[in-house]
Amino acid sequence: MLVAFPILTALGTAVFCFLMRDQRQGQMLASLGGALIQVALAVALLWTVTTSGPLSAQMGGWPAPFGITLVADTLSALLVLSTAIVLLCVVIFSLSEIEREQERLGYQALVHALVAGVMGAFLTGDIFNLYVWFEVLLISSFGLLVIGGGKAQLDGAVKYVGLNLIATLAFLTGVGLLYGATGTLNMADLNQAVSGRMTETAILASAGFLLFAYGAKSALFPVYFWLPASYHTPAAATSALFAALLTKVGVYSILRVFTLVFETDGTPLAPVLIVAGAITAVVGVLGAVTHREIRRILSYNIISSIGLLIMAIGIDTPLAITAAIFYLVHNMLVKAALFLHAGLVLKIKGSEEFDKVGGIYEQAPWIAVLFLVPALSLAGIPPLSGFWGKFLILRATIDLPSLALTVLVLVVSLLTIYSVARIWLEIFWKSDERGEGCAPAPALMVAPIVLLTILTVGIGLYPDLLYSWSDSAAAGIADPSTYISAVMEDPS
Amino acid sequence: MKSLILSVASRALMPTLLIVSFYVLWRGHNEPGGGFIGGLVAVLGLVIMSKAEGVRAARDFLRIEPLSLAAIGLGCSVVSGVWGYIVYGTVLKGVWPFITVAADGSKSGLPVGSIFLFDLGVYLVVIGGVLGMLFAMEEVVAPEPDEDETRDGGAG
Repeated sequence: MLVAFPILTALGTAVFCFLMRDQRQGQMLASLGGALIQVALAVALLWTVTTSGPLSAQMGGWPAPFGITLVADTLSALLVLSTAIVLLCVVIFSLSEIEREQERLGYQALVHALVAGVMGAFLTGDIFNLYVWFEVLLISSFGLLVIGGGKAQLDGAVKYVGLNLIATLAFLTGVGLLYGATGTLNMADLNQAVSGRMTETAILASAGFLLFAYGAKSALFPVYFWLPASYHTPAAATSALFAALLTKVGVYSILRVFTLVFETDGTPLAPVLIVAGAITAVVGVLGAVTHREIRRILSYNIISSIGLLIMAIGIDTPLAITAAIFYLVHNMLVKAALFLHAGLVLKIKGSEEFDKVGGIYEQAPWIAVLFLVPALSLAGIPPLSGFWGKFLILRATIDLPSLALTVLVLVVSLLTIYSVARIWLEIFWKSDERGEGCAPAPALMVAPIVLLTILTVGIGLYPDLLYSWSDSAAAGIADPSTYISAVMEDPS
Repeated sequence: MKSLILSVASRALMPTLLIVSFYVLWRGHNEPGGGFIGGLVAVLGLVIMSKAEGVRAARDFLRIEPLSLAAIGLGCSVVSGVWGYIVYGTVLKGVWPFITVAADGSKSGLPVGSIFLFDLGVYLVVIGGVLGMLFAMEEVVAPEPDEDETRDGGAG
């Protein structure tokens, strides 16, 4: 039953935070307490799963495939832990950033409701429930996007809502087709039911709809435009939460559904994933080198890393899947750190545009260094976590018959370095022509960035631990028999 | 603008709809119905009231901020899930505290338990959520009537 607690904790915390939204202290304590409990639960879950195999629970005691199944394998547990860490950092940061008025509208409650959706999506063993959790996180993210809404925020939110509603509809259609063709929605059961039927029209069409839906959620080419339109508009804590979690849920769904349910070998799906991923990586990084605002650049960097991830999933060798999982976890932590840092710059300089900010290195060198470390990690400089992620993906492409993808990964990495170097030069290194000083940096904003930076350095210096988890998660994906037996032969 | 016909009709319709909504919620355990539909029927009643008497009157009738009602509802559903865990070790498993099972397997007592609590939670979430959105929109689109009246009165 440990599997159910991350979701229950998130929902319970959301209720507490909302009912106490007029009392600042109480709301802060509830939100922080909820986030700490999530981290503890996630550590316990990962510990249990890595020591004794996948864990499952049947809600209400109805056995699979009829009841609602929650299941955690190493992949889910790893992502739940990353989510919990990001949640804790975002909550700490938001205590200082979010204004009283937004808090009173239920900001903290929406953050925890969003996390309930993310945890649910990572832990569900049922494709229809995956849809439900997507809805939960979507509704919460709408709320977070428009809270305290200015015009730019509403404009971003409309694009976000528009594309996501279409994607949700496609998701539901795909699930409906799958149910019509197989008569089950439990993913472990679907693995048996779909096996050997990948040539059937209904199954292929369902796979197409689901790929479109997950592609739109993870900002895959050509349905990525909602992300750069909306991610730079809300509060930095919100955009850090989105950057770290939302697209990654889409990637997780592709990783889960297109290995456990559908077989990609010998179907058009594998080349589609590789090509779409490659184009996304290039388009994203090209966007990143042209914009002149921190969070816009980082948004395009998200798109480019999503491209690399999807490409690795499409390659679908054990090494490529390990690489994708390692890179996914690294990316969640580093993206959260960078988006939070953009919020810090906004706080101390009043802007995050190249033309208006400069000289932070002179005025506050530690703040600048605090940006440099995760930025170099994103760029893939050793000995930080990004280096190992990129290195593993590169290694996986070298095994392919053609070296085109290897060249592509190298070019994308080079341009990523250039894009973060531009932020460094323009925001931190360039002298401050306007002669304005820095406002003091609030400790509550610095602390979460320091925590995430320590994690990326730690993973970089000692990659074995995360690598072994990624490896066992990839092994669980390559051979889902333990996952399936955990769901179908649950003793409880 | 207030309509006398709507205002008079709403006095009969609103309580009727609320009673029907509770009936729909109640029968939902084994028959068509349940918290979601029941909640929507109750929303209808309150919407009619807000159209006839104004959003302020509907808010006063509700006494509690709609979104807080939704949060309380979510809390009920979470508690019902945890209740099953505490009693049987399985989240969301039905608990029937007022039912006694006789030796021959026949059951007697009041069929109210954690499942009804869950449904009640859904009922409150639907009422609170939908009304929260509707009232917010109404207050943005239509100006507060009593403010207008005082301004007109002052000008005349």
